[in-house]
Amino acid sequence: MSADTPLTKETDANANPPVDGSELIRLDHVTKRFGSNTVLDDLDFAVESGKHVTLIGPSGSGKTTILRLLMTLTKPDEGTITVDGEQLFPAPEKQIREIRKKIGMVFQQFNLFPNMTVLRNVTEAPVTVLGLPKDEAEARALELLDLVGLADKAGARPTQLSGGQQQRVAIARALAMRPQVLLLDEVTSALDPELVAGVLDVLRDIARTTDITMLCVTHEMNFARDISDQVLMFDSGKVIESGPPEQIFGDPEQQRTREFLGAIL
Amino acid sequence: MKWDWNAVSEFMPYFWDGLKVTLQILVLGSLISFVLGLVWALLMRTPTRWVRWPVGIVTEFVRDTPLLVQLFFLFYVLPEWGLTFSALTTGVFAIGLHYSTYTMQVYRAGIEAVPVGQWEAATALNLPVRRTWTAVILPQAIRRVIPALGNYVIAMLKDTPILMVITVLELMGQARLFSQEHYQFTEPITVIGVAFILISYPASLLIRALERRLVR
Repeated sequence: MSADTPLTKETDANANPPVDGSELIRLDHVTKRFGSNTVLDDLDFAVESGKHVTLIGPSGSGKTTILRLLMTLTKPDEGTITVDGEQLFPAPEKQIREIRKKIGMVFQQFNLFPNMTVLRNVTEAPVTVLGLPKDEAEARALELLDLVGLADKAGARPTQLSGGQQQRVAIARALAMRPQVLLLDEVTSALDPELVAGVLDVLRDIARTTDITMLCVTHEMNFARDISDQVLMFDSGKVIESGPPEQIFGDPEQQRTREFLGAIL
Repeated sequence: MKWDWNAVSEFMPYFWDGLKVTLQILVLGSLISFVLGLVWALLMRTPTRWVRWPVGIVTEFVRDTPLLVQLFFLFYVLPEWGLTFSALTTGVFAIGLHYSTYTMQVYRAGIEAVPVGQWEAATALNLPVRRTWTAVILPQAIRRVIPALGNYVIAMLKDTPILMVITVLELMGQARLFSQEHYQFTEPITVIGVAFILISYPASLLIRALERRLVR
């Protein structure tokens, strides 16, 4: 990636706070239940600004729920969540909207808007939420589409693209809002195997060249090893082990982690 | 019984007058039902039950009572309370209102068919609620329901003769007027019957074509 993309450390300095290891996200005693099923059980954890944190663990262990809580797509039953020093739950709608501006999310099923062109998918929120002039938003969108290798698809409809291409557009769309935090929810799980690498390469680029804080739920362990500063192993709504990727993947302490990695690798 | 081509040609001036009125009722009635139906559907999604309940009760009431009764009520009862409108205005409003209680169901189904991921993406991008509706949800929902709305337009066309009972001179009203003046029933009734087929059959073909294009 070239040095003059809009997401380099230099140009994005205003959007992102300096990476000083300050705490950006904190969950305190967060519990989330669906009916009688406790998905998150009295969970505490914090993410420092600029870090790349990967959540691993078996399905149903609550990883995705954490991302959905941070994106305000669901509410915790107990506990508090703070983003950049501001409390997210409970909070007035106005404060929630302000916090949401700092967070972007990429979904497993892409969720592009099929009634809009690729370009409009990327410019819609910057224009209507951030109030950017249309031509500025389009210039920025084209840079981002170039970053994900799809500048030539700006005029296409999402349905005309492959799954991998749609997901790369979705990444560009999330980045167009210049979030401080990027939430990645199993972004390659819905893709044909041959399309996974293209998406992961784009994310590796972003992880390497930007200050953006990443929270990533994935089953791509090589990818997790490459980009992560910290890996959290989840089981039954709790973090059972955490550490740098070399430790979690190389020499896990917990038997449960060894079993899980043994089954998946 | 003999077929009299003279009667047909004598009826034609009545026919054209009636056709104009029928198409007027159809176009205006459809527009009212499209707009009002969407308003009902959106009101039924507001969080406050103090909006949903009255809207639900009124629309259920209109849907479950006959159009004929509603026409009589609006045309003969409202004037007693001092509200008087022309027969055509009353008829257009009544048929539009009646069909809006059907189109609201169509819109509801269309809105519910938009995947939940679209709402989540709109939330993640922080789009305001109004913008989420106008830019994301409704364009997708309405595209899906256009064929279903078209079917109601055809159904409405076939209901327009009911307006005759409140003295609207649409096709059926003109045919009856002519029959009473000339004592010839076969020709005018046959002519308008054929006219209804000539309008509704191509329209239903058009809707089928739209359906293939718009609904995957």
